[in-house]
Amino acid sequence: MDNFLTQIQGVPLNHYIIFCSIIFAIGVTGVLIRRNVIIIMMSIELMLNSVNLLLAAFSAYRGDASGQVFVFFIMALAAAEVAVGLAIIIMVYRNTKSVDIESLSKLRW
Amino acid sequence: MSALIWLIPLIPLLGFIINGLTRNSVPKMVNGIIGSGVVLISFVLSVLAYLEVSAARDAGEAGSFTLHLFDWFAVGSLKIALSFLLDPLSAIMLLIITGVGFLIHLYSSAYMAHDEGFGKFFAYLNLFIFFMTILVLGSNYLVMFIGWEGVGLCSYLLIGFWFKNVSYAAAAKKAFIMNRIGDLGFLIAMFFILETFGTLEYSEVFAGANGLPVGTPIVVVITLLLFVAATGKSAQIPLFTWLPDAMAGPTPVSALIHAATMVTAGIYLVVRSNVLFLLAPLSMEIMAVVGVVTAFVAAFIALTQNDIKKVLAYSTVSQLGYMFLGLGVGAFTGAFFHVLTHAFFKALLFLGAGSVIHAVHDEQDMRKMGGLRKALPITFGTMLIGTVAISGIPPFAGFFSKDEILAHAFQHQPIFWVLGLITAFFTAFYMFRLLFLTFFGKFRGTPEQQSHLHESPWAMTVPLIILAVLSVVGGFINVPEVLGGQHKLQAFLAPILEAGEVAGTAMTLSHSTEYGLMGLSVLGAIAMAVFAYIKYVKNAQVPEADEKPKSLLYRLSYYKLYVDELYDALFVKPLGKLSTVFFKYVDKTGIDGFVNGVGDFFTGSGRGIRLLQSGHVGFYIIMMVVSIIAILMYGMFYS
Repeated sequence: MDNFLTQIQGVPLNHYIIFCSIIFAIGVTGVLIRRNVIIIMMSIELMLNSVNLLLAAFSAYRGDASGQVFVFFIMALAAAEVAVGLAIIIMVYRNTKSVDIESLSKLRW
Repeated sequence: MSALIWLIPLIPLLGFIINGLTRNSVPKMVNGIIGSGVVLISFVLSVLAYLEVSAARDAGEAGSFTLHLFDWFAVGSLKIALSFLLDPLSAIMLLIITGVGFLIHLYSSAYMAHDEGFGKFFAYLNLFIFFMTILVLGSNYLVMFIGWEGVGLCSYLLIGFWFKNVSYAAAAKKAFIMNRIGDLGFLIAMFFILETFGTLEYSEVFAGANGLPVGTPIVVVITLLLFVAATGKSAQIPLFTWLPDAMAGPTPVSALIHAATMVTAGIYLVVRSNVLFLLAPLSMEIMAVVGVVTAFVAAFIALTQNDIKKVLAYSTVSQLGYMFLGLGVGAFTGAFFHVLTHAFFKALLFLGAGSVIHAVHDEQDMRKMGGLRKALPITFGTMLIGTVAISGIPPFAGFFSKDEILAHAFQHQPIFWVLGLITAFFTAFYMFRLLFLTFFGKFRGTPEQQSHLHESPWAMTVPLIILAVLSVVGGFINVPEVLGGQHKLQAFLAPILEAGEVAGTAMTLSHSTEYGLMGLSVLGAIAMAVFAYIKYVKNAQVPEADEKPKSLLYRLSYYKLYVDELYDALFVKPLGKLSTVFFKYVDKTGIDGFVNGVGDFFTGSGRGIRLLQSGHVGFYIIMMVVSIIAILMYGMFYS
């Protein structure tokens, strides 16, 4: 175990932080910019996963297992959210025959 | 009886309530009987009250009875009670109010018989009697003030009785507003009295004033303010223009309110407060000057008026000026005596004029009358008596009262006497002019009117006759010593006017001077009557219906010295402009602008903010992200 941990800690923590921030930013940008709702769902997954990675990294570097437990929770939550989200997308598609997010702009002044 | 004097105001109040509530639902006769009946009951009670006071005076007591009803204000050291005072002065005033009032109620039952507002009229008249009796029965200034304001209100209601005519309603407003100006003086005077003496009760105020030196500034201020109040109520310069305009009301109203009772409230106030006035020689001087100038100016204007009621209105203003002259020179009894006699003959003259107007179908221009003495003999006879009385020809009532005032005026300041004498000559002239234009010569109206000329019904002529009798004998209650009398009225009022004796305003002229003064005024009056006879009967110089006055003096008199125009330019128009400014800039732009602006602000901002709801989900998401970042930044840097 010790050897394993030492090996992992060979990569400085900063690298993980920067990497996850970039992935998170890419996820946010995807949500803001893309018009296809499925791509938006994927971007949301991307954000969640970047957070997962960061949590796991912190857990490894601190030697505290609570980070990894939190990762389990997030994974379960992500799965449920995707299920519901896709169900909504299917209903939207059935009503508007499109997966474009602009098609939902009916609630306007 | 003195414990029951509260019934005297109460019964007319009941009459008002009953008449007011049933005016449209019962026959007119019921309203008339209730209206007149309640005043008759009050008159009987007033007679009983007078007899009690008289018996007390004969027994040598002061004849003053106070009836305390309840404590009205009891705040800290301020104690004002609702209480009535029955003493010689108020007893006589009650007799005048209810007696002449009853005669006028009786008269109105015939005069207003064809009017649809008959019940309302009697309700208002009863309300007036209620307030007037409260005024004279009050034992402190505040109760008097209740009556004071109340009669002003009734005056407004009754002058504007035919409210559908805009000019009548305007006249009513004018009367009320000018009265109000006087009321302000009364109020401020009451504040000063309260501050100086700590009370408003007459007995306590006068007791407190007894030790003060003559000319105390605060007393001068109080009396000047009280005089301002009297000016408004009794139509003296500068607040007299409402009284001629008040002739817009029905003639019984003019007789009751503007001849016999309300306008005498000012004189009552001064006589009641004579203790205060005697401590303020400046106020007395001002009172005398204003009185004599008003008397002169009003008589001057009356010389050329063609409306029968306007002549009588200016005559009233003039006679009130005499009364204030009398008060100002210290002849308190004389002035009050003149109130009494004036009530008789002026009410008589107004009611007679009403009888004439009734006969010629509401024509009031004397140029269209004439030769009425054959058709209206009783009216003519009684008006002749009234005219002789007002001209001051003995032995009728006006002579004694007017002469007492003139004698005191001569003693005080001969120039007052000169002006008063000239005014007396004018009075004789215009009154006889009225008589001759109306009753002598040929009838100058339409033939249709001529065929309908008839004497008035008994309900109108009986009051005329009673008042005529009173005008003849009314003078004998106060015959001066110089003519062999005992000055009974002065003796009766002595307890109230004690301070006058001390201050030395008693008569000090020699008998020969008095005879001379009397002779001059009587001869002058008779000469003026003869002059009027020659001009209007023998030479028949009746003014043409469309004659425009030519000479300057004639124009000044005819157009009432342009006082109304002056007030219009000085007060009415600037106030109107000020009101327009307030309306346009303060109300419309300012207040409305602010209130509407608040509404507009919310509407406008709503219109702006709703653009945020574009429905674009992408926009919403961006907003969400930005907000989360903002919250995080706030959490990081400021918490």
